[in-house]
Amino acid sequence: MKNLLTAKFKIDYAGFNLDVDLNLPAKGVTVVFGPSGSGKTTLLRCLSGLERAPSGYLKLVGQVWQDEGIFLPIQERKVGLVFQESRLFPHLNIQENLLYGYQRTLPAERNLHLDEVVQVLDLDALLKRTPEKLSGGERQRVSIGRALLTSPKLLLMDEPLASLDMQLKAEIIPFIKRIEDEFKTPIIYVTHSMNEVLQLVDTMVILKSGKVVNFGPVEKVFSDVRLREAVGDEQLGAVLETSVAEHDEEFGLTRLDFMGQALNVPRQNIPVGQSLRVHIHSKDVSLSTAPPAGATSVLNILKAKVEKVGILDPKGYSVDIELDAGRPILATITRKSLANLNLKPGQPVFAHIKAIKMVHESDNF
Amino acid sequence: MDFSLIDAEPILLTLQLAGVTVVILLALGTPIAWWLAQTRSRSRVVVEAVVALPLVLPPTVLGFYLLILFGPHGWVGGPVQALTGSALSFSFAGLVVASTLYSLPFVVQPLHSAFESIGKVPMETAQSLGASRLDAFFSVITPLARRGYLTAVVLGFAHTLGEFGVVLMVGGNIPGKTKVISIEIYDRVEVLEYAQAHILSAGLLIFSFLVLVMVYSINRRLPVQVT
Repeated sequence: MKNLLTAKFKIDYAGFNLDVDLNLPAKGVTVVFGPSGSGKTTLLRCLSGLERAPSGYLKLVGQVWQDEGIFLPIQERKVGLVFQESRLFPHLNIQENLLYGYQRTLPAERNLHLDEVVQVLDLDALLKRTPEKLSGGERQRVSIGRALLTSPKLLLMDEPLASLDMQLKAEIIPFIKRIEDEFKTPIIYVTHSMNEVLQLVDTMVILKSGKVVNFGPVEKVFSDVRLREAVGDEQLGAVLETSVAEHDEEFGLTRLDFMGQALNVPRQNIPVGQSLRVHIHSKDVSLSTAPPAGATSVLNILKAKVEKVGILDPKGYSVDIELDAGRPILATITRKSLANLNLKPGQPVFAHIKAIKMVHESDNF
Repeated sequence: MDFSLIDAEPILLTLQLAGVTVVILLALGTPIAWWLAQTRSRSRVVVEAVVALPLVLPPTVLGFYLLILFGPHGWVGGPVQALTGSALSFSFAGLVVASTLYSLPFVVQPLHSAFESIGKVPMETAQSLGASRLDAFFSVITPLARRGYLTAVVLGFAHTLGEFGVVLMVGGNIPGKTKVISIEIYDRVEVLEYAQAHILSAGLLIFSFLVLVMVYSINRRLPVQVT
């Protein structure tokens, strides 16, 4: 693979360890997810060059940034940094802030220019103002724009939306999506809130206590039974790519096509043929070994195969089952049900899906 | 009051001394203050103590040692005399060096606290945007530290105006060369010319007062912005 980010870091501080070894695609949005204290920010600081891991190796698309005896200083790395707080320079107006990095980028290396960034991030009305006159969401957009104008090879975002309220989050997410679409800048996005990035994420890295629990394409990582220990009950579930197949005006439903099977959701205002990402919580999936004998109110029943039975906790009552429905899906059932159904890997099952969450740009989180 | 009684020479000399001293102090105090604000080195406390010494030492003590150092046989004065033909003691250059040391804490301390309150983030941010450390210092840190600089300049200037002991010890009392206002006042009082002493003293008093009022009012109008 050519477009690759290779990162190995080892840090051994008293009370904190980081030990990661990652190969990531250098495109799309990679979300680094984990509870606080899991080493997300430290990983980001190591990638940016703000922190030098005593032992580390970092290579982006063929260019070595860190190795034994090699450490490219941050100002030569061409990474865009966006933090929770906007970190705008208070003594400069918005235009001067935006141009600070641009002016320090060699003209030959400038792929992005003020006009396009101002247009994409909708900053036109702000240019002559000072940072203190801006709202939190506006500042964050300027901060993203300022980082972009250095034409970075990599955009690193550390909880960029954490200090914003729901509405502002929903306002900024589309901008981040547009950056990815229009400028093709790979983004590494650190967060502890999965909902925030469900519609953005392509690749996931799950960190816990300084170690990588799992990483890879989102559909694969999200359905991994090991996710539970890192993300907890709330956010455990599968992320599926579907496409809009048809609208059922009579019953107010939209039928989604997922790997040749159908999923029915409330009527969506999305044209037929367009893709839609959905999130199915594992606790909203129940299983049966035979098709429902009588009538059922559950609309969405997918045919699947048991792929893997999760770790059995003798003290707990539930267990996670990884299913293969063309793409992986997770179900959380009781241990008693597992015993009743006598589930084994490879066994065909019917997955009853009780709720489907659409991942929209306009979603409130 | 009859201003014609006043000799302009000590006043001009004093302003010249304070001006030159402040320029040198900024050049010298900035890296010291920056280092103090950044370093985690243990030698930091020693440097802080050395910088603060003139605050607590009787000026005559500082002046005494400088006199010895600067004299034709001193560690500093000797080589200087060999190079330039004249010693540092009893010269304007000697006064500048002595004033610089004497007023150093008044410049370093405001800058130090300004740099400390700015923190690491603006420097990191500027570097992440492609600025070298030096570039970032002048384009971001200096403007953010402008209150500190203003205080440093004013305090450094005013404190140099008012020094007496060090100047007397190192510079002697040579008209046109090392005789500054504070010494002129002393001389006038010695010969009971109170009228002239009054004019100079009141001048210095009013000047110092106005300068401080200016500093405090400008500081008020330049609030520290946090975004």
